Amino acid sequence: MVAFEFLINAISLGSLYALIALGLVIIFGILKMVNFAYGELIMFGGYVLYLVGSNFRLPWLFVALFAVLGAMIVSYLTELVAFRRVREKSLTALLITSFAVSTLLQNGALLIISPRAKAVVLPNIFSQSITWFGITIPMRNILTISISILMLVGLTLLFRYTILGIALRAAADNFRMTRMLGVPANLVISSAFVLSGMIAGVVSLFWIGRTASVTPNIGLGPLLIAFVATVIGGMQSLMGAVLGGFVYGMIFSFIGVLLPQTLLDYREAFMFLIVILILLWRPEGLVRTRYVQERVG
Amino acid sequence: MKRSRLAGWLSPYSTIFFLALPMVALTTIVDLFATSLVIRIVTVMFVSMIIVLGMQVFMGNSGILAWAHVGFMGVGAYVSALCSMTPQMKEIAVPQVYPFLLNLHLPFWPSILIGALVAALLALIISYPLMRLSDAAAAITSFALLIIIHTVLVHWDRVTNGPRTLFGVEEYTTLWTSALCAILVLVLAYLFKESSLGLRLRASREDAYAASAAGINITQVRYFSFILSAGIAGFGGGLWAHYITSFTPDAFYMIETFNVLAMLVVGGPLGISGAVIGTALVTIAREGVRAVENMINLNQLLPFEVVGLTEVFLATVLIVCLILRPQGIMGGRELRWKPKNAMQMGNQQASQK
Repeated sequence: MVAFEFLINAISLGSLYALIALGLVIIFGILKMVNFAYGELIMFGGYVLYLVGSNFRLPWLFVALFAVLGAMIVSYLTELVAFRRVREKSLTALLITSFAVSTLLQNGALLIISPRAKAVVLPNIFSQSITWFGITIPMRNILTISISILMLVGLTLLFRYTILGIALRAAADNFRMTRMLGVPANLVISSAFVLSGMIAGVVSLFWIGRTASVTPNIGLGPLLIAFVATVIGGMQSLMGAVLGGFVYGMIFSFIGVLLPQTLLDYREAFMFLIVILILLWRPEGLVRTRYVQERVG
Repeated sequence: MKRSRLAGWLSPYSTIFFLALPMVALTTIVDLFATSLVIRIVTVMFVSMIIVLGMQVFMGNSGILAWAHVGFMGVGAYVSALCSMTPQMKEIAVPQVYPFLLNLHLPFWPSILIGALVAALLALIISYPLMRLSDAAAAITSFALLIIIHTVLVHWDRVTNGPRTLFGVEEYTTLWTSALCAILVLVLAYLFKESSLGLRLRASREDAYAASAAGINITQVRYFSFILSAGIAGFGGGLWAHYITSFTPDAFYMIETFNVLAMLVVGGPLGISGAVIGTALVTIAREGVRAVENMINLNQLLPFEVVGLTEVFLATVLIVCLILRPQGIMGGRELRWKPKNAMQMGNQQASQK
């Protein structure tokens, strides 16, 4: 029974992590850029939850919708204002830009809202749990699993069957070729950022649902998770990121059980050690794509 | 002819003089006339300059993003502090300290050097495999390294006093110490850049395939320069610790990383001049905004406390700078005295090579 509860927990964590990783890798696949500002999109979603939720009397679903929309808009704006202009220059410039955008958003929240944690209004469903044949499962976990799977299926359909999805996949595979075939680069990249923002918005609901509060630096946690997951899974493929997220969630849960209490504090350090080892053993991650292309220029 | 040869020989070294002379002048003026606040700002600037130059040694020459250097700075700070603190102080400040560390009590300079050596040693042990990676993979792993170092600093109660403040480090670093050390590191970084190793590293930055075809072992040259730059960062950390005297592991994390990265990138990571000028400019900008922030908070001009304005401003400047001048203000050029004859000499030498 306990084992089953643990398993549900691990799967819930894994599916959330898969979602987090997917949001990061959508951009990485195309621009070869690790978006350090990704965590701040999640933070932004959280602040929308806090601001709209505590100031307007709206059903929670609408508040959540606003959070997702807000993250999408911010993600698009970061691309429009910052990344688009640096994109052509160099990868180093792009990476530092994303770090600067991350700092900007984080400290903007610090400046405009508050350094202190803000309580977020959540619906009751986040704190309830159901008991089934003697197994107690928090509703939050079921919700996380089902929404994550729904999102993943939806995105898979999008990637497989829509023109935008095909263009995105083609761009992730070989951006230069895609452009030559007449796919507008700005449109593809912008929609990748919007999609990434949407995922970040959905993630923010569940990430903040766990603690029911939001702080300016809340984005670092998911960002690191996304890093680890994408590295484990393979930074080139979207499927790899999802797999990496699941694997990471599982490893993280198991390490929590297996590691002795004194070493538990170092859990993050261990996770990153695993990342470094995986990168050395298999730089392209668990899922290999047909060819791996280094970014030119 | 003789004169121009001398000029040709001196020209490359003129960069050092062009950068060091204003530093000495600034230090003298500040020492004689300035208030203690300005002395503090300038001292911290010189220490930051050491870290930035340390980063430049690796990042500028190899073209690979370096996130972990502030972590090495932290290692240098903690190690040197533990070496120089008196046993009595250590008993109070780090209650759970290991017995063999408790009785360790060294003078200032040996402590600083041990701090730098330990940082370099850490780089020596862990970084070799990382040097095989480039681009995004390298960025992620060195970021991971920063997180790992921070996690260890926060949780290793028996050495760092955990997330709590380490206090009671004696103040040794003065304005002149920091200035002279910064000049020393400047010379070191410049000589490294111009050395054969530095040249090979820069070649690998420009074109990795051509460089390895020319027989350069890229992993190896990156490895050596990473160790050197980690050592420099550790050295700077030691000086910093003996000036600030009480700090937490959070001092060596994202904010400081952003700070030194902004300095390097605004100035231009490709050259020594860029690193020095960037440090100076960012320090001026940051202190200016901080003064405004403090003024607002002290006089309560706004109904709430202003936090984070400095970082918002710096981040904006950094983004604008990356859009307009992605190579930094200096672009890769160095401040250099170029007499006409010397340039011809240089060209002749270059063509002979």
